[in-house]
Amino acid sequence: MFTPALPHFLIVGAVLFALGTYTCITRTNAVGILMGVELILNAANVNFVAFNKYNPAPVLTGQVFALMVIVLAAAEAAVALAIVLAIYMNMKTIDVTEADTLRE
Amino acid sequence: MTQVHALNALQSLILSAEEAAAHAAEHAGAMAGAAAEHAAEHGEHVEALTRQVTHPAGFLWLIPFLPLLGSAINAMFGLRLQRRFGKAITSHIAIGAMTLSFLTAAFAWIQLIGLPEGERYLLNDLWTLISAGDVQVQFSFALDPLSMMMTLIITFIGTLIHVYSVGYMADEPAYWRFFCYLNLFVFSMLLLVMGDNFVLMFFGWEGVGLCSYLLIGFWYEDVEKARAAVKAFVTNRFGDFGFVLGLFLLFWAMGGAWQKVANVVPDREVRWAKADANYQVQAESGTVYLRDPTIPVEQGRTEAGTRVGPTLTFRDLRDQLTLTSMKERLLGMNFAGIPLLALVGILLFVGATAKSAQIPLYVWLPDAMAGPTPVSALIHAATMVTAGVYMVARLNFLFALSPTAMTVIAVTGAATAAFAATIGFVQYDIKKVLAYSTVSQLGFMFIGVGVGAYWAGAYHLLTHAFFKACLFLGSGSVILGCHHEQDMRKMGGLKKFMPLTEKTYRYACIAIAGFPIANGFFSKDEILWKAFTSGSNMLDPAIGKIIWTVGWLTALGTSFYMWRSYYMTFTGEYRGGHDDHGHAHAAPATAPAPAGSHVASHDAIKHGPEDVAHGGKDDHGHAPAPAHATAHAKADHADHPDHKAEGGHGHGGSPHESPNSMTWVLATLAIGCAATIVLGFWPVLGHWVPALEEPLLERWLAPVLAPSHAMVAARAMAEPGLGLEILLIAASVSVAFGGWGIARALYKDAKSTVPERVKAALPGLHRWMYNKYYVDELYQAVVLKPAYLLARAWSAFDAVVVDGLVNGIAAVGRFVCNIDGAIDTYIVDGFVNLFANNLLRLSKSLRRIQTGRIQHYLYAALAGALLVVGINYLFG
Repeated sequence: MFTPALPHFLIVGAVLFALGTYTCITRTNAVGILMGVELILNAANVNFVAFNKYNPAPVLTGQVFALMVIVLAAAEAAVALAIVLAIYMNMKTIDVTEADTLRE
Repeated sequence: MTQVHALNALQSLILSAEEAAAHAAEHAGAMAGAAAEHAAEHGEHVEALTRQVTHPAGFLWLIPFLPLLGSAINAMFGLRLQRRFGKAITSHIAIGAMTLSFLTAAFAWIQLIGLPEGERYLLNDLWTLISAGDVQVQFSFALDPLSMMMTLIITFIGTLIHVYSVGYMADEPAYWRFFCYLNLFVFSMLLLVMGDNFVLMFFGWEGVGLCSYLLIGFWYEDVEKARAAVKAFVTNRFGDFGFVLGLFLLFWAMGGAWQKVANVVPDREVRWAKADANYQVQAESGTVYLRDPTIPVEQGRTEAGTRVGPTLTFRDLRDQLTLTSMKERLLGMNFAGIPLLALVGILLFVGATAKSAQIPLYVWLPDAMAGPTPVSALIHAATMVTAGVYMVARLNFLFALSPTAMTVIAVTGAATAAFAATIGFVQYDIKKVLAYSTVSQLGFMFIGVGVGAYWAGAYHLLTHAFFKACLFLGSGSVILGCHHEQDMRKMGGLKKFMPLTEKTYRYACIAIAGFPIANGFFSKDEILWKAFTSGSNMLDPAIGKIIWTVGWLTALGTSFYMWRSYYMTFTGEYRGGHDDHGHAHAAPATAPAPAGSHVASHDAIKHGPEDVAHGGKDDHGHAPAPAHATAHAKADHADHPDHKAEGGHGHGGSPHESPNSMTWVLATLAIGCAATIVLGFWPVLGHWVPALEEPLLERWLAPVLAPSHAMVAARAMAEPGLGLEILLIAASVSVAFGGWGIARALYKDAKSTVPERVKAALPGLHRWMYNKYYVDELYQAVVLKPAYLLARAWSAFDAVVVDGLVNGIAAVGRFVCNIDGAIDTYIVDGFVNLFANNLLRLSKSLRRIQTGRIQHYLYAALAGALLVVGINYLFG
């Protein structure tokens, strides 16, 4: 019987991270980029939890950290969506390549 | 060759004369025992004089400071104050400053009187002006009896003249400027007389010259007047040159800054040794005090010692010159073969000739009459021009040592007195007459200080200040009354129109002519008496008698020309008409003549009967209009109090009396002419009333003149005799009356035709005298023309050689600079620009990396991460 071990979890995390990064790089849609960021955060969560699980010491640091990241991600999503809304109201678009007024 | 010979002869003459004088002094020293009674009366013999004792007085600086403050206020805010509050405010500031200054001076006077006679010396030491080696110059004011007298004259007459100017300058737009200058002048003059040393005196000396220049050129739009100002200034430069040379020479002789003088004043180390050997020494912080061993001193009293060495302080100089050793050393010194003290005295006197208008530098004073009349009265009669006399009296201890210098002074004074008086005979401009009279009277003062009668010279200075100020201000009143007419031929008959002016002018004439009922007689008589009895104070005893004769004849002339001016101005009929005054005054004050005559005639109708009723005298019928105009003028002044402050005297063509502020000043001065008799009342009466033998002023000045008193007295004629004295007095009085009689016969009421006939008979002589003997033209040809030529030559030299040199150097410089500029532009700038351009290009390309897109940054981050991983994989 196949027993998942630490490397398998790490592979899942790495795949998630790669997908998230790819999403961030390729999307010009602000919401898409946000989704990519969520994937990256969750890849980190998987790693945290996995390392916590396979750590012989009786600690819960990884799990607590994962919870922390989930909360952070929620807050970040709320703020980011608010910014996206504001951008949309001003520019009638959420294409990040168009939102370059602060650049110059 | 002959010149050299003549020079040697002259030198040997001077030398032998000096020896003779020294011999006479020794001889007199032997006689001192006989005159012991006399010496006891005057305190001590010269050698017994101790160091000048001073008393501190912290307030003395106020006396000159107050006029300076007034001047500063008017200079900075005068125009604004005048625009805002009217003219009165500026004159109030000036007069207020003067009054306070006079009161302070009077306070100092009271304090001075309270001191013992020999200690009358108030000193206000403010700060150190110069400190160089042994020479210390303090900024300090001092009042001794002589400078006290001068200070009182300056502040008292100065205040009066300020008050007078209020009326006289009422029409002047630049009113504030006038009072500013006037105050500044008083400050400088006070600095001159109150300064404790040569440096401050010289500051004042130059300051009064500057103020004189400013005030002569007060109406500088008139080129003639501006030129007179420049003439006064430049002439004074000549004199100052002599003054400074004399000063340097004296300084050098006292030990100088570099000169190592043997015997008496060696340099510091030797001086110590010498002092130990011969004298008792009291030293404090390096200053050496040599004490004359003949004087007994209490232990520890440093003031009994005398500081020896180069000095610029009058006190120190006096103290040193009363030391026998110092005096002998100076008497033995020669400079270029000429006795040094004679040379010093003559050079200092050259300074005095310019400031006090003596031959040969008197030419500026008559031209200085271009200034406003109060200025002529204050500066060119009462105070500044007497600075030279003051200087000689101040340095009496120095001049008395050299009969040569004394002779030069007295002879120059006599020559000037006579010379200027003759020019005064034929002048028609009333102010010119007074100007030459001033020159002549200054000559008298120099006779006084020249023959050693320092107190008599100072007394004549004082009396002259009063009567000449009164005459000048009287002439100012006449000039104002006649609508700025100065020609006496266009005056006449003013007695009726200006009663008070006439009375004061007459009394001042009495004073200057030498009638024995006014101060002028007593001072002039004393001077002439002292000249006659000067004995070997002059190089040859006969010189004193010649001077007396010249002075006596000049006194005749003085009486004549003054009474001539009086009769031409005040008696007869008024010769100036309505037609004449139109051109006289450029200011708007000259009202249209028709309007004026209309008022006058209107007035005539109104007052006609009354005037005829109590008038009706001799020539009344000929000139009715002016007579009524007097009444009109008075009514006008009464009705419009602000008339004199603002409006001026625009009405009519007839003369009128001046405002009260002016006539009261005249009256005060005339009273002063009478009151100051007390100061010098007739030493001849001492033969009967011993108390009068030494007049008040002589007693007052005695402490200042003490160092020279015995020297002069020893050389003077011994026991001249009462009969001679009375004879000379009779001669003096007779010339005063004689001159008066001649003038009265020739000029009273303009009836005599003799003056015109004389003029017609001797046209050449008249023209020669009228044109002042062509001295100005002579100077023009001899001094100015070569100076101009030289100036032009130097100008050409400057344009061709100096400018050429400068331009050449500049061209070379420009060439080098061009090369340097090219290097700078192409090489240095090139490098800098190259670097900057490259940096710019680099930054432009680098700028493209920073896109602001998150994706690009992520690419970069991933690439970096891959790199790290790759490196780790390969090498880790």
